[in-house]
Amino acid sequence: MSYLVNGKTFSEEPRPGQCLRTFLREMGWFGVKKGCDAGDCGACTVWLDGVPVHSCLIPAFRADSHQVTTIEGLAQNGELHPMQQAFMQAAGFQCGFCTAGMIMTAASLREEDIKDLPRSLKGNLCRCTGYHSIENAIHGVKSVEEDQPGKSCGADLLAPAAEAIVTGKVRYTLDTAIDGLLHLKLLRSPHAHARIVAIRKDAALAIAGVRGVYTWEDVPRLLFTSATHDDYHVDPNDTYILDNVVRFVGQRVAAVVAESEAAAEEGCRKIEIDYELLPAVFDPEEAMSKGAPVIHDKGAESRIRRPGQNILLEIHGNVGDVEAGFKAADVIHEGTYTTHRVQHAHLETHGSITWLDKDRLNVRTSSQTPHITKQKLCYLFNLMPDSVRVFCERVGGGFGGKQEVLTEDICAFATLKTGRPVMLEFTREEEFIAATTRHPMSVKMKVGARRDGTLTAMELRVVSNTGAYGNHGGETLYAACGEAVAVYRCPNKKVDGYTVYTNMVPAGAIRGYGMTQTIFAVESAMDELARSLKMDPYEFRRLNVVKPDDPMIAESNAATDTEFGSYGLDQCIDLVQAAMTRGNGVKRPAAADWLEGRGMAISMHGAVPPTEHRSEARLGLGADGNYHLAIGTAEFGNGTTTVHRQIVSSVLNSTASRVRVIQSDTDSTGYDTGAFASAGTVVAGNAARMAAEALRDRMLNFASKNYSVGRDACRLEHDAIFYNDTRVALTDLFAASRKAGRPLEVVRKAYGTPRSVTFQVQGFRIAVNRITGEIVILQSVHGADGGVIINPMQCRAQIDGAVAQGVGWTLQEKMVFDDSGRMINPSFRNYRIPAYADALERTEIFFADTHDAFGPLGAKSMSEAPIYPIAPALANALTDATGIRFHDSSLTPDRIYRRIFESSQNKGA
Amino acid sequence: MDLNTIGEIARPNPVDGTIDWREGDAWLAGGTWLFSEPQPHLRRLIDLHGLGWQPLTISEQGLEIAATCQIAKLVALTAPADWTAAPLIGECCRSFLSSFKIWNTATVGGNVCMSLPAGPMISLTVALEGICRILNRDGGERRVAVEDFVTGNHKNVLQPGDLLRSIDLPASALRKRTCFRRISLTHLGRSTALLAGTLDPQDGVFMLTVSASTERPHRLKFPKLPDADGLRARLEREIPKFFDDVHGTPEYRKHMTFYFAEEIRHELSNKVQP
Repeated sequence: MSYLVNGKTFSEEPRPGQCLRTFLREMGWFGVKKGCDAGDCGACTVWLDGVPVHSCLIPAFRADSHQVTTIEGLAQNGELHPMQQAFMQAAGFQCGFCTAGMIMTAASLREEDIKDLPRSLKGNLCRCTGYHSIENAIHGVKSVEEDQPGKSCGADLLAPAAEAIVTGKVRYTLDTAIDGLLHLKLLRSPHAHARIVAIRKDAALAIAGVRGVYTWEDVPRLLFTSATHDDYHVDPNDTYILDNVVRFVGQRVAAVVAESEAAAEEGCRKIEIDYELLPAVFDPEEAMSKGAPVIHDKGAESRIRRPGQNILLEIHGNVGDVEAGFKAADVIHEGTYTTHRVQHAHLETHGSITWLDKDRLNVRTSSQTPHITKQKLCYLFNLMPDSVRVFCERVGGGFGGKQEVLTEDICAFATLKTGRPVMLEFTREEEFIAATTRHPMSVKMKVGARRDGTLTAMELRVVSNTGAYGNHGGETLYAACGEAVAVYRCPNKKVDGYTVYTNMVPAGAIRGYGMTQTIFAVESAMDELARSLKMDPYEFRRLNVVKPDDPMIAESNAATDTEFGSYGLDQCIDLVQAAMTRGNGVKRPAAADWLEGRGMAISMHGAVPPTEHRSEARLGLGADGNYHLAIGTAEFGNGTTTVHRQIVSSVLNSTASRVRVIQSDTDSTGYDTGAFASAGTVVAGNAARMAAEALRDRMLNFASKNYSVGRDACRLEHDAIFYNDTRVALTDLFAASRKAGRPLEVVRKAYGTPRSVTFQVQGFRIAVNRITGEIVILQSVHGADGGVIINPMQCRAQIDGAVAQGVGWTLQEKMVFDDSGRMINPSFRNYRIPAYADALERTEIFFADTHDAFGPLGAKSMSEAPIYPIAPALANALTDATGIRFHDSSLTPDRIYRRIFESSQNKGA
Repeated sequence: MDLNTIGEIARPNPVDGTIDWREGDAWLAGGTWLFSEPQPHLRRLIDLHGLGWQPLTISEQGLEIAATCQIAKLVALTAPADWTAAPLIGECCRSFLSSFKIWNTATVGGNVCMSLPAGPMISLTVALEGICRILNRDGGERRVAVEDFVTGNHKNVLQPGDLLRSIDLPASALRKRTCFRRISLTHLGRSTALLAGTLDPQDGVFMLTVSASTERPHRLKFPKLPDADGLRARLEREIPKFFDDVHGTPEYRKHMTFYFAEEIRHELSNKVQP
C-alpha cells in the first residue's frame, strides 16, 4: 500500500480499524483536527481525490492509492489558496480549531453551493464566531485594517496567529509527536452513587502494552478542588484524584496507561470493580430535604457549609424591608424560573501531555489557567514549584470549561509513576459526561412595583445544582446573586441562595458564570411587571436601573470595590430601542400561523472577577528592535493577544506587528491568575499598559542620558528614537543599552481592583409558528458598553459568538439524563449546538461611547457578558408573540407547541 | 473514530457476497455510522467496497438501488421524465442530518440497515414501495418490503451474516404524484417527523408513509383519498405509539404527524394543473 498525502508518498500502514484522521495525524499532518470523532463537526475535513470528506469516518485503508489533501497541502508554491486569504482578510476564526476543516469545506464549494450556505456548511461546527465572520470570508468581505504606527488602539487588526491558523500550522495542545508516549484512558463510573468495595486489576495488567493500572489505592489521598482560582479557599476541597466513592455517572474510577490507545481501552474493559450501590439524589430540593443521602460526609477541611444537608454554600441577604415593599406595591409578579443544563462545547476537547525532563515535570495542556494548574500539581504531588512547568500552546476554545483541572492531575501522576511521557485526550462523550456544565438553577422570584412603575421590592430564592462536586458552585452562586439584582435600584431586596450537591455531573465555570440563570429570572419577571403596568419595557428599565450616582446593591449594603468606572447603560438602552423601532425590513413568513413578538433584556457585569485576580507583564526591547511581551494569560480565541499588542504598541507609538507575545508558559511568564472572568483585557491588559508606559519612560530616559540631551528633546517613533533631529534605530538603541549595562526591560503587575461594570442590552423581534412551535429570529440588536473598544472587529465577533451561543442554549441545546443519572445525548448529533443554518440572523451591534476610569486605555471587558440578556430577551419576545410566559429557559419547538396547545385548551374550557 | 478492536479487514466472495460469517463481524459499506461510535464488540469488518455492484439501474421495472450506492450518486440521478415521484428522492436525501460531505461516503443500504426512526432512505423507499433483496447467510436470497424490513428503533429482519443486496423501487410507484413534509427541532436538523404521501394517477390509490415520528415506518394505504376524519381515524388506530428521544417528544411528534398528514391529504386532493 502507499498513501499520497499533499503530494508526498508515505509507506506507513494503518491499523485495520483505524480512521483516516488519526492515520494522517500519526504521519505528522496535525492540521487535521478532532472535534467530535463522529462525523458531526467537520474539523477533520480533508479531500480524498479532491472530494471533501470527514476523515474521522473514512477507514484509513480505503485511502490507499488515493490522493489526500489536508489544510497543509492547500497552499500551492508558497501561495495561500484564495479561501485561506479570504479567511485572513475577514478574520473568519476565533480559537481557530474548526478553521482547517471549515476552509477545506469552503474551498471545495461551487458557486451554486455558496448560494446555499445553510446546506453547504451544515457539516461544519464553529462554537466561537456565530458564523458571521466565516460567512464574510466565504463572500470575500475584507474586515481587517492596516496596522499603522501609533494608531493601533481602536483599529480592526488581525490576530497574530492568523496565518498559522489558516494554513494549519498553528499548534494546539496535542499537535505534537513525542517518542515513547504512553496513552491514558479512564474507566468511568456506570453508577450515580456507589462505594468501590473490590478491585481486580490482573486481567487489565496482563494485556500486552499496558504499563499501569491506577485506582484510588494508588494515588495521594489528598483532597483538592478541580476549580482554578487564585484563592483556592473559595472552592471546596471535596475531590480526590481517584476516589473509593463515585458520586456521578462518569466519575473517574481507574486510569490505565499503555503503549497504545487500543491497549489502554482494552485495559479499562478488563478491570473488574465490585460496587456497593448507594442511594442517589438528582434534584437539589430533594437533596436538601431530611433523609436525603449525604453525598460528602466531610469535615471543615473541605469548606462545605452544611455537608449533612448537601449544602455547599448558602447566602442570605437583606436590605430595606421587603415585606413593607410588597405592601407598597400596586402590582406584584411571582414566578419560579428554571434554567437547564448546557455545555461549553468548545471544539478542542480537554487534553494534556506530561513528561519528565531531567526530573522536571512538564505539562502541555489545554487550559485557561496554566499558572494555577501548576500550583495545584505542586500541592498534589508534593513538588517544588521550580520543578514543574505548565504551558499551553494555542487552546481550541474554553468558555470557562478549561478553568478546571480535569486531565493534568491524572496525566502527571502517570508520568511520575512510570517516568514516561503520557497523553490523555478526552473524547467528545467524555466532554459531556465528565467535564463540567452550566449550573442548573431554580429561581423563585417575587417583584413588586408602584403604578408609576417604580420598583418597591425584589425577592429571590436561588437554588443551584452543583452536581457531585463543588468546584465553582460557591463562586457561581455569589455571581448569580450579584449584578442581576444590583442593576435595579430598589430600596427593599432579599436574596436567599443555596448551592446544593446532587449525584449529577459536576457543574463548573461557563460563560455567564451563574448569572445567565438569575438574569433569565429577573429579566423575565421585570418584563412581566412592565406588561401588567402596560409600560414599555425600555421605559421601565430607564426608570428602575441604577444610575452613576446610585450605590450598586445586591443583597447587602456592605462596601465593595465595585464602582462605575464608566456608565453606558442609558446609551445601550437608547441604541437598542432606536434600532428596534427603526426595524430592519425583515418580514415574518407569510403563512397565517406565524405570530410576531418583540422582547428585550438588560444586564450588568463586573468587569473583573470579585475574587483575587492578578497578572504580570514583562516587556522589553529586543535585539531585533521589536518589543517582547511575556504575559501569563492564555489565548483560546478570546483575542487578548491581539488586544495586548494593540495596547502596548499604542503606548509605544508603534505597530502591533512589532510586539511579539509569549504567553501561558510558567517558565517564561510571570504569575497570571488566568484567562477567565473577562480578565484578559482589563487585568492582563492593565499589566501590559503599565509595562509599556514604564518601558517608554525608560527608553526616553536612557536616550536622554546616553546621548546627553534633555528628556524633552527625545521622542519615540515606531521604529526609532529621535533626539533633536538624530534618529537612532531601535536595534541601535538596544545595542547602546546593552553596552551601557542598562537593559531596556520592565516588569509590571496589575490587580483586579477597583472593579468597573459593563452593560449589555439585547433586543429581539421573532416570528413563532403557533402550530409547529418553530422560532425564526427576524431582528437581533445588541447594545454593549465595553468602554473604549480596542479592536471593534474582534469585539463585534465576540458578541456575534455570544449571541449565537446564547441562542443555541435557549432554542436548541439541552443535556438530557435518564432516571439513573446517565446522560442520554452525549454527542453533537444529539446535543445540537448551532450550525450555520441555525445562526442566520445578523445581530446589529452598537457600542456605547464611554471611557473607563480603571481599564487600560479606557477599555472594559467584553466577551463573556454579551450572553447574559439573550435567553430572557428571547423568552420575552415569545411572551409578546403568544401571550404565554415561559418559565423554563429551554425553548425548543416541542416545548413551545405544548404550552401554546395547553393555553388554547384552557381558553377553550 | 478508530475502532481499536478491529483486527482484520476481510473481503467477501466477489461473486455472491458470501463469507464465513463469525461473531464480531460487521459489514462495512460507507462506514459513516460504524466509525462514528465505539464498537467494542466488533473484531472484523467485511469490506463491501470491492463488490462492484452497479449503484443505480434504471429499467422498465423501475429503479434498482444497490445497497452500496452512495447517497451522492442517488442525489445525482437523472430520472426518466415520467417518474413524477423523482423529486421525493432529493427531498429525502436532503433530510439527512449529515452534510453533503458524508453523502460522498454513506450508502443507501447502510441507512436502511441502521434502521433508525429518522433514516430518510427508509422514508423514501417505504413511500415508493421498495422491496429489499437480501442475500441470506446460508446462500439464496429473499425479498422483504422495506416497511417490513425495519421492525423497530435500530432493529430489522436481518440475521447475522445476511446481506442487503439492493432495494428495488417499482416503476408504478415512481410514476405517482408525491407530497413531502418534514420538521426538525433545529434548522436542517434530524427529522422529528417525516411524512410522504403518494397518489396513483391511474387508480387513485393514496398511500401515506409516516416515519421519524415513530419507531419504525408505517405506510397506510387507502383505495382513494380519504376525508380528514377518515385519515385521522386510521392514524389513531394504526399508530398507537410515537417515538420519544431528544429530537422531539411523543406528543409533539403525534401532533406534527397528524398535522402533516392532513396537509398532504389536502395537497394531493387538489387537481394537478394541466
